[in-house]
Amino acid sequence: MNPFSSGTCLRDMIRAIRACKTSAEERAVVRKECAAIRASINEDDQDYRHRNLAKLMFIQMLGYPTHFGQMECLKLIASAGFPEKRIGYLGLMLLLDERQEVLMLVTNSLKQDLNHSNQYIVGLALCALGNICSAEMARDLAPEVERLLQFRDPNIRKKAALCSIRIIKKVPALAENFINCAASLLKEKHHGVLITGVQLCADLCKVSSEALEYFRKKCTEGLVRTLRDIVNSPYSPEYDISGITDPYLHIRLLKLLRILGQGDADASDRMTDILAQVATKTESNKNAGNAILYECVETIMSIEDDGGLRVLAINILGKFLSNRDNNIRYVALNMLMRATTLDAQAVQRHRATILDCVKDSDASIRKRALDLLYLLVNDNNVKPLIKELIEYLEVSDQEFKGDLTAKICSLVEKFSSEKIWYIDQMLKVLSEAGNFVKDEVWHALIVVISNASDLHGYTVRALYRAFLTSTEQETLVRVAVWCIGEYGDMLVNNVGMLDIEDPITVTECDAVDAVEVAIKRHTSDLTTKAMALIALLKLSSRFPSYSERIKDIIVQNKGNVVLELQQRSIEFNRILQKHPKFRSALVERMPVLDEATFSGRRAGSLPTAISTSSGAPSNLPNGIAKPATAPIPDLLDLSSDDVPAPSSSGGDFLQDLLGVDLSPTPAPSGADMPPKASTDVLLDLLSIGMPLPVQTGLSASDILSSSQDDKAPFVNFNGLASLSSLSANATSPANAAPMMDLLDGRGPGPQKSEENGQAYPSLVAYESSSLRVMFNFSKQRGSPQTTLIQATFTNLSSNVYNDFLFQAAVPKFLQLHLDPASSNTLPASGDGSITQNLKVTNSQHGKKSLVMRVRIAYKTNNKDVLEERQINNFPQNL
Amino acid sequence: MIHFVLLISRQGKVRLTKWYSPYSQKERTKVIRELGGVILNRGPKLCNFVDWRGFKVVYKRYASLYFCMCIDQDDNELEVLEIIHHFVEILDRYFGSVCELDLIFNFHKAYYILDELLLAGELQESSKKTVARLIAAQDSLVETAKEQASSISNIIAQATK
Repeated sequence: MNPFSSGTCLRDMIRAIRACKTSAEERAVVRKECAAIRASINEDDQDYRHRNLAKLMFIQMLGYPTHFGQMECLKLIASAGFPEKRIGYLGLMLLLDERQEVLMLVTNSLKQDLNHSNQYIVGLALCALGNICSAEMARDLAPEVERLLQFRDPNIRKKAALCSIRIIKKVPALAENFINCAASLLKEKHHGVLITGVQLCADLCKVSSEALEYFRKKCTEGLVRTLRDIVNSPYSPEYDISGITDPYLHIRLLKLLRILGQGDADASDRMTDILAQVATKTESNKNAGNAILYECVETIMSIEDDGGLRVLAINILGKFLSNRDNNIRYVALNMLMRATTLDAQAVQRHRATILDCVKDSDASIRKRALDLLYLLVNDNNVKPLIKELIEYLEVSDQEFKGDLTAKICSLVEKFSSEKIWYIDQMLKVLSEAGNFVKDEVWHALIVVISNASDLHGYTVRALYRAFLTSTEQETLVRVAVWCIGEYGDMLVNNVGMLDIEDPITVTECDAVDAVEVAIKRHTSDLTTKAMALIALLKLSSRFPSYSERIKDIIVQNKGNVVLELQQRSIEFNRILQKHPKFRSALVERMPVLDEATFSGRRAGSLPTAISTSSGAPSNLPNGIAKPATAPIPDLLDLSSDDVPAPSSSGGDFLQDLLGVDLSPTPAPSGADMPPKASTDVLLDLLSIGMPLPVQTGLSASDILSSSQDDKAPFVNFNGLASLSSLSANATSPANAAPMMDLLDGRGPGPQKSEENGQAYPSLVAYESSSLRVMFNFSKQRGSPQTTLIQATFTNLSSNVYNDFLFQAAVPKFLQLHLDPASSNTLPASGDGSITQNLKVTNSQHGKKSLVMRVRIAYKTNNKDVLEERQINNFPQNL
Repeated sequence: MIHFVLLISRQGKVRLTKWYSPYSQKERTKVIRELGGVILNRGPKLCNFVDWRGFKVVYKRYASLYFCMCIDQDDNELEVLEIIHHFVEILDRYFGSVCELDLIFNFHKAYYILDELLLAGELQESSKKTVARLIAAQDSLVETAKEQASSISNIIAQATK
């Protein structure tokens, strides 16, 4: 005899587990029991099989794995006696679900048991089948279940009916086999069979339109009669629940009538009388009665009706809404939400009550009420409702504020007829619950502010006031800082004073103070601080007398641990110190942000065109004069051919303009994923004045830096530095040197290669009578394995090449990243070129040199041309 | 349709779980933890419904036990409350003023009762009496089988003496 199998009985095990004081103790007990059960299973011990399974069910309920007991269920089911089968089927339903393959093994036992002479065993099998059968089992056993729908005992018929529901849900194609049997169940007198039969019909209608038509024609009358009988039935103790005979049957009948009446005027007409009777006669002081009324209201609102009944239904909901029971109010709100599509006017009458529900102490009710109220807002009532909601925002629970804020913002946006109202409401929301405002919402606010040119002064003053009173709201601080930076002069000079405003005196010093507060707040996050730095830079130009103080504040962040802030601080300091000439041009007020583009982007699709960034330099986002910046591309030896910029460059248009998108650059995983370096606020401020040879979301920085770096501004700064040293002689070499160290050869241009002393000779990778491909190489310091290659393609023939496509392949020890090409059209006779950047990482650097196979495809004179070649002559040590 | 039935004690211990839709063991644990957190923390006067992952969970507290049922958005919450009460009344009749301990030590019996009440996530029987009768009939089947078994083993035991 196995020493384990004698073990403890179920009761003892449960006691032992309950006696455990810690979960570690409990685990130990369970582990011991499981070991004993496993041993017993291995012994194939028949006497204790059912006890083991019972224990396993308890253990499973506690959340421990019990898969090793699954086969025991099957064995118990396969044994002859009722007690074994009973526990076996229970275990099957608890330990397995339809997704386990073991379940297939039980199909045969189920089939036998469905044909068993003992009706209780048939019942067990039906129960298991109905609870966990898979589609395959449903297909195999459907004929048995269908037969059992006519079994002599009603308790088997009701189980078979519910089992059929599972089967037709798993395999809808089987539905038609069940239609006739289901219809015959509707004539039964036994409540259990009637309830399950009605339910089966309802589910058949959902999966089969044929069934719906059939029941509509043949059964509507009968169902109405059954409902009438049950409504008028005398007291019957067996089914009575608080004075109503079998509310479950009521509800199911109403539900099926709803399905039959929906979209069919004739059927609807036949049921109006009984619905009216149910709606008026049902007692509404107990839950059971209310459940029936609730179902009845839903049926009335779903069927085709002239409106007489609907008034009744809405009145019932009105009564529900004023009920003191929270459950009733909850379902009323739920139902009113559906009623808004039918009769919004009637629901509007309850607006005040619904508004009260928004302020309820119960989270479930609040949520429903807010959803409903959201549907009720229209142009006429938006102002008072928003006022109420914003007032409530002040006192609402923290966890509800997020939801409420989102809804308010969305409503304000949707119904804003005047900009001043929109700005006012948004400022209120920002001051109350700024921390819950989503990014795109305050971005949108800035877009609107920038578009409302007559309100700039008003807005900046309002924001300044709000900022003074509540500095805890992150987004409020951000918007305020942005506006002070942009419109600081209006704040100080009281430009564009409106009649409704209180006069306010703000000195230049106050404005700078405010931004300084923002940058020094401990709670300010990176985005806010970065925005504050930009605001300071802008203010330095708006208030020249405070330039020194601003410089001091900026310099304080020179040693910031966050790279982004450190970098901005150093760059801005540089601008203040060395380039006073450019400063005013650099920090000019932002051009008006394009509302249509922004809303288009918010709608989820990329805009087809960014009107401000394609074409002529005068349209560029920051409107920098071309002469100041034009030399940069030349200095950097970039292609500056007049290829029109492809229009889809606006991926991060607004973020770039705001300079707030600080998301880390995603690691490039393939050539189709252009590096996204939108942290380069300076770059955007400078707004390089060349027609950007940009494709698919690449910003200018990508071209300049030609690497996936997230420090693009340095590169650009290099451009600026070289520019100034060449053109203005303003920068001494000594000053420029540390900058160069920082720059570290990020640029692709040969000049920079020389500066770093890491020059590699350019390579004519490929030359034919029609095409020349040049490779320029550069390295990033610190990663000798990685080579940046700029490929330049020149057309030597006299025909234009269209659909130009360059592809490259490398052996496994290399990794290749291809950036998009600057264009796909190559002008004839060397009159311009295409450039494309490649990044190759050599995992065997120093041992093997680069090798590459290239394929170039293009169209010329409507002919497809394909050229292929292997390139072996790369310089050593790449 | 009812997707699952949960009985959770006030301490967050699971007393009964029945899943009518497929949930893996991992998901089950997660669901129980999540719902336990939400439901046990709700105040006594609040409504008995919780919106949860696009479903509605109807719960009701009886003494130290929370009975929870998860239903679809368009199901009748008030009716489910009645079903919960129906279940509790049947348990009460069967065990004779049921308490949590009855359900712990006779959890399998609670499951048998539930299986006579619900099937495939739908209500099966609206009569408490019928459920009680069916359970009693099956219990007596088990008893007879046991008696037979013991009498046979007695005979064998005596014969082999």
